[in-house]
Amino acid sequence: MTGAAGTPDGRPADVAVIGAGVVGTAIARALACQDVSCVLIDAANDVGTGTSKANTAILHTGFDAVPGSLESRLLRRGYALLGEYAHRAGIPVERTGALLVAWTAGQLAELPAIEDKARRNGVTDVHPIGPGELYRREPHLGPGALGALAIPGESIICPWTTPLAYATQALAAGARLRLRSRVTGIRPGATEHQVVTSTGVVRCRWVVNAAGLNSDVIDAMMGGDRFTIRPRRGELIVFDKLARPLLSEILLPVPTARTKGVLVAPTVYGNVLLGPTAEDVPDRGDVATTAAGLAALIDAGRRILPGLAAEEVTASYAGLRAATADRDYQIWVDGSRRYACVAGIRSTGLSASLGIAEHVTVLLADAGLRLVGRPEPDPPVMPYIGQAGIRPYADAARIAADPEYGQIVCHCERVTRGEIRDALASPVPPADTDGLRRRTRALNGRCQGFYCAATIAELLGGAGSVASAQASGESPPCAGTAKAPATEPPGPQASGAPGEPLPRASTEPG
Amino acid sequence: MNADVLIVGAGPAGLAAAVELRRLGAGTVVVVERDDEAGGIPRHSAHTGFGARDLHRVLTGPGYARRYADAATAAGADIRAGTTVTGWDGTPDSGPSRAGGPHRVTLTSSAGIETVAARAVLLATGCRERPRTARLVPGDRPPGVMTTGELQRRVYLAGQRLPGRALVVGAEHVSFSAMVTLAHAGAQVVALVTDRPRHTSYAGFGLAASWRWHVPVWTSTVVRRVAGRGRLEGVELADTRTGAARFVLCGLVVFTGDWIPDHELARAAGLAMDPGTRGPAVDTALATSVPGVFAAGNLVHAAETADIAALGGRHAARGIAASLRRGGGPGSAPGPVRLPMTVEPPLLWIAPNVLRAGGPAPSRGRFVLRSDIFARRARLEVWQDGRRLATGVSFGMQPDRPVRLGASWTGRADPGGGPVTVRLA
Repeated sequence: MTGAAGTPDGRPADVAVIGAGVVGTAIARALACQDVSCVLIDAANDVGTGTSKANTAILHTGFDAVPGSLESRLLRRGYALLGEYAHRAGIPVERTGALLVAWTAGQLAELPAIEDKARRNGVTDVHPIGPGELYRREPHLGPGALGALAIPGESIICPWTTPLAYATQALAAGARLRLRSRVTGIRPGATEHQVVTSTGVVRCRWVVNAAGLNSDVIDAMMGGDRFTIRPRRGELIVFDKLARPLLSEILLPVPTARTKGVLVAPTVYGNVLLGPTAEDVPDRGDVATTAAGLAALIDAGRRILPGLAAEEVTASYAGLRAATADRDYQIWVDGSRRYACVAGIRSTGLSASLGIAEHVTVLLADAGLRLVGRPEPDPPVMPYIGQAGIRPYADAARIAADPEYGQIVCHCERVTRGEIRDALASPVPPADTDGLRRRTRALNGRCQGFYCAATIAELLGGAGSVASAQASGESPPCAGTAKAPATEPPGPQASGAPGEPLPRASTEPG
Repeated sequence: MNADVLIVGAGPAGLAAAVELRRLGAGTVVVVERDDEAGGIPRHSAHTGFGARDLHRVLTGPGYARRYADAATAAGADIRAGTTVTGWDGTPDSGPSRAGGPHRVTLTSSAGIETVAARAVLLATGCRERPRTARLVPGDRPPGVMTTGELQRRVYLAGQRLPGRALVVGAEHVSFSAMVTLAHAGAQVVALVTDRPRHTSYAGFGLAASWRWHVPVWTSTVVRRVAGRGRLEGVELADTRTGAARFVLCGLVVFTGDWIPDHELARAAGLAMDPGTRGPAVDTALATSVPGVFAAGNLVHAAETADIAALGGRHAARGIAASLRRGGGPGSAPGPVRLPMTVEPPLLWIAPNVLRAGGPAPSRGRFVLRSDIFARRARLEVWQDGRRLATGVSFGMQPDRPVRLGASWTGRADPGGGPVTVRLA
């Protein structure tokens, strides 16, 4: 057993969750809170770095899911659970509502069917509104809209705090986080599985595959061949906060058979989001934006909300959705192999995450995993990074108690030295500037570092250097003031820093 | 806290205004600066060439910044660094009320949250460069892509070394400054690239780049894509004349110039904005559309050199002092008629951009404009309601560089007439 990590007392972990995105962290949280010993493994240097970090950041009711599908059921459940959880954990959420806007007679004629579908999905408060009401609610909307379907429950949420909250709670409940560990193979066994990673072997009784874009690769390692992930790239543009008054609700298009289309939405950070495009790409790491994609978005934005044309673009990015040939989630548990597959979550993982985790937990228990049946503990209280509530710079009592909350370092986003310090000392600290962005909003603003990048680089130590690797996989951890993440050590023999590949021999079971 | 004048921004314009306001006996002057130290952009512009027009000597950027900060302190201004304006009218994130009384501005610093009631406010928040994202340059998003502002802070304030190949996007004054900064930090500058047919800085800078640093300027060239996952590998460039693309390996790309005013506070305060400069619309006294609120420096003309910004600050100080003597301020009666000024393409903007009946001559007695074209000799014309008010000649017109227009004609404008337009003949 030398070199193979299970639990600290040498026994295998109950469960290894592969993939620390919003779904994997939610499952680890649910299991850890039931006293299941749990190892959460990810190839990247942080939680929530794949599809989880680059999406439309909408807390989705599921009004347009396929009625009767697992996705529909788990979205509805997840929507309710996450709304409540976010409120208690300090995850920014704004209950904006959405308007699904019809721009042509054909689209207008489709609205009743969408309304009917929403009702069959249990979203019963949808209702049509006429053009007068539409332009009263959204006076900056471009000309030519004929009517809309109002979906009051659609909301916006912080996609970065959510997996961080799950991971923080999972760690507090005893789970271990093993980052920078790419899974290179799995040796299934009769009593325990051995998950071979780039940082050593993880021994576990059960494997949960929440690997998102690579879930088919992990499934194949467990002997499956039921599905293939077909990454679909979505490019998005974030506009300056000065554009925020241009809209009050999420503006959705009438979906086509292929995609939900380009939406315009406020963000919880006070910006305006435009996107996504939808393009099938062969490369699972290809999150580059394209000239054609950005041009198409700018063009669409100009039609939907002409005022956007006069505002500055703050950021653009692309994310990959883990689509499969099937229209529904690929979730099943095989008790005989002690394996759970949680795949094909596409673009609804954030909203459905707690529903998915609850569902998977029940399936695992039914298949023989022992749970203690304990009531849900209180969620952790996360640093609040939304725009709607009071952040430290505006909180006189907090500044009086700790003057570092009065020292604004990132001026565009009003991030204080105290918040950066807290992030670096948190249970799941950032490994680089991108990690700090997701925890504090620092560097996310209109100047993109013109004023503060040099200062923040100093605060981050080596992790902030211009050459520091992004969340790209097996990058070495960064030195400097950034505390090493609360990862489990790669193995008893590991002498180097976490993330340093172990000698080949030590990964073999003893 | 009460103040006669609150100045937002302790760069050249804000500090020069503070000195002048104190000299004119305008009362208590508080200067707030969100950065850790007063001085503004010159603090991290280590090269020389500052101060020619305002101080009549030539200083390095940091020397110039120090000199102004010391002068403002010596003049009795209360300079508060590390202090950010986080609200207007007494509550965070709110705009000014029009109910009269002093402007109540909320400040956040490590000392806490405080409200300043000021009879007049001068916005001197400066400008910044458009980052890569705002320029919609597609591709991967590795680290190693920055603006000159970030570069200079990293090199001159944080002492970072930046070895490796670097590419500078842009070929205006600041682009050459970025080149020198990169060389100082140990980088090998591959080239300056510009979509224009030639660089727009002084001829000497182009020659020095080529002879002393062996850095070419690649003209009619655009950045098509940034490449590199995890770390920057290079950029794809395209020739706008031939469409030919090539890939340039580099570990650092600096996006320079393409200035935009830091106008967020001005917009949050509800000031009328000028669509050309994208700063607040200002008259020849540098008064904005809100009584008691003035704006100066590169917030109203992004970007002029530091000495021009400082002279603008000094000019605004005179307008503020005069306004305070008149008892002007937030509660004062509506001012005289304000005539908007506009420009026609290929002119891009003019500053100041409002005429007010009985207003003073603009700073330095002239308007400053920007053009989008190169022209050896161009004739400027000023029109109002089909009537030509004035003409002027501009020699050596080029993009990114100031075009000047005298102000002797302003008395001929009809205060009750339509907008005044400046165009090329």
